[in-house]
Amino acid sequence: MSEISDFENDPDLEPIEPAILPLDAWHRDKGARMVEFAGYPMPIQYEGILAEHLWTRESAGLFDVSHMGQLYIAPAEGAEIDVEAALEAALPIDLATLKTGSVRYSLLLDEEGGILDDLMVTRWNSGFYLVVNGATKWDDIGTLREYLPDEVNINHLDESALLALQGPKAVDALARHAKGEAPLTELKFMKGAAYTLGGVDAWISRSGYTGEDGFEIAIPGEDAAKVADLLCGEPEVKPIGLGARDSLRLEAGLPLYGHDMTPEQGAVEAGLIFGVNKRRRAEGGFPGAARVQKDLAEGTQRLRIGLALEGRMAAREGAKVMSGDSEVGIVTSGGFAPTLQHPIAMAYVDTALAANGTALQIEMRGKRLDARVVAMPFVPNRYVR
Amino acid sequence: MSVYYSEDHEWIEVEGDLGTVGITDYAQGQLGDITFVDLPEEGATVAKGDSIAVVDSVKAASDVYTPVSGEIAETNDALADEPELVNSDPEVGGWLFRVKLADASELEELMDEAAYKKFVAGL
Repeated sequence: MSEISDFENDPDLEPIEPAILPLDAWHRDKGARMVEFAGYPMPIQYEGILAEHLWTRESAGLFDVSHMGQLYIAPAEGAEIDVEAALEAALPIDLATLKTGSVRYSLLLDEEGGILDDLMVTRWNSGFYLVVNGATKWDDIGTLREYLPDEVNINHLDESALLALQGPKAVDALARHAKGEAPLTELKFMKGAAYTLGGVDAWISRSGYTGEDGFEIAIPGEDAAKVADLLCGEPEVKPIGLGARDSLRLEAGLPLYGHDMTPEQGAVEAGLIFGVNKRRRAEGGFPGAARVQKDLAEGTQRLRIGLALEGRMAAREGAKVMSGDSEVGIVTSGGFAPTLQHPIAMAYVDTALAANGTALQIEMRGKRLDARVVAMPFVPNRYVR
Repeated sequence: MSVYYSEDHEWIEVEGDLGTVGITDYAQGQLGDITFVDLPEEGATVAKGDSIAVVDSVKAASDVYTPVSGEIAETNDALADEPELVNSDPEVGGWLFRVKLADASELEELMDEAAYKKFVAGL
């Protein structure tokens, strides 16, 4: 745990990014092809994206997501501060209804209501545990430091690794090793608890980014290889790279920060209003509240939607969405959906054309690809609630 | 019959004035699982270096450049149903198109197998 509350006050104290993550050598040993992602070498694939994608949907895949930012928000030592109230002033989340051990999706908004990041918030006994995107974590820390009073500490848990075990058989594999107060099988979607895994202390939540049942597992970085070996020793489990993580999350209709949402979009336009809890929509009192309330009342010009494509040619990020001769939107993520065996995409389109079933076209390399608006997720979620 | 290679990882097998073009085993390995191949029109006139086909993988789309100028004589119809042939058999069954060579001297600018192997080893 490192104390970073004083970044802004000390110009000489720059965040020193570790060049490599705890499982770097482990991935290479498993035959991963490494690429740079969020400032770290990360595994894009082991045996192949398609095989890894399908394996996760039918069995269980182990993902290293240690590049993500894990933050612990708590009162500074000796400070008399209501951290809950302080965090509610920074995020559009309703913490009054968030019980200890429960996990909730939220958004980090700028003062104009543009999306700076999406994140998971868990209530711990003494504070809040946040998981933010890897590529945005340093900026997020800066923004949160700005939004939170000095009496609130932002502890960057940068010595903690984060693994995700995802897929219908994840629970079987993990339950053989997880020892806790209650059996792992009693943990439900968006709940977390403390366990040990092969003697290693782990915070495990039933959550993920694939649409499958699964778990996210925070462990000390020094024990990450041991835990990864333990889990990959189970017959249901194979290591899965970032390539399949992207195709899985796309099928699950889950947006990727920096692509499907950016500071250009607000929560309503991005279809992420569930990240602004109901009480907060009415009450406001968080950065960007005015934009959220205005967009809710008046609607937005565009909306994020899902598109199912005809044929096999995939639409890629940046492709124009057309209705007749008019440009009506832009693709923000797209690819071939291995589970569905046809290409899918996320796009922002004019609100009038955002209804399910609307026939549109996508311009790719001088060709017009037929597409229609469909509900997301593209592949049904299989969360265990 | 001779096989030549380009720095863009295409191979061309030449018999008379007809060249069969595909991507190399190295290229398919880099691209990963191929889900779709967009092929040129038969009869189209192409110039050396033009992007005339696209190989789509789960990950991304990649251009295929013709290593020679000429006219497209034939394309590999089997890839419509089995684009994965480019992964499993890139240098035989996964060929992309046949081109009637306009200028055989263009082949001199390409590499032979030994030179291509050396080129790939240096990447």
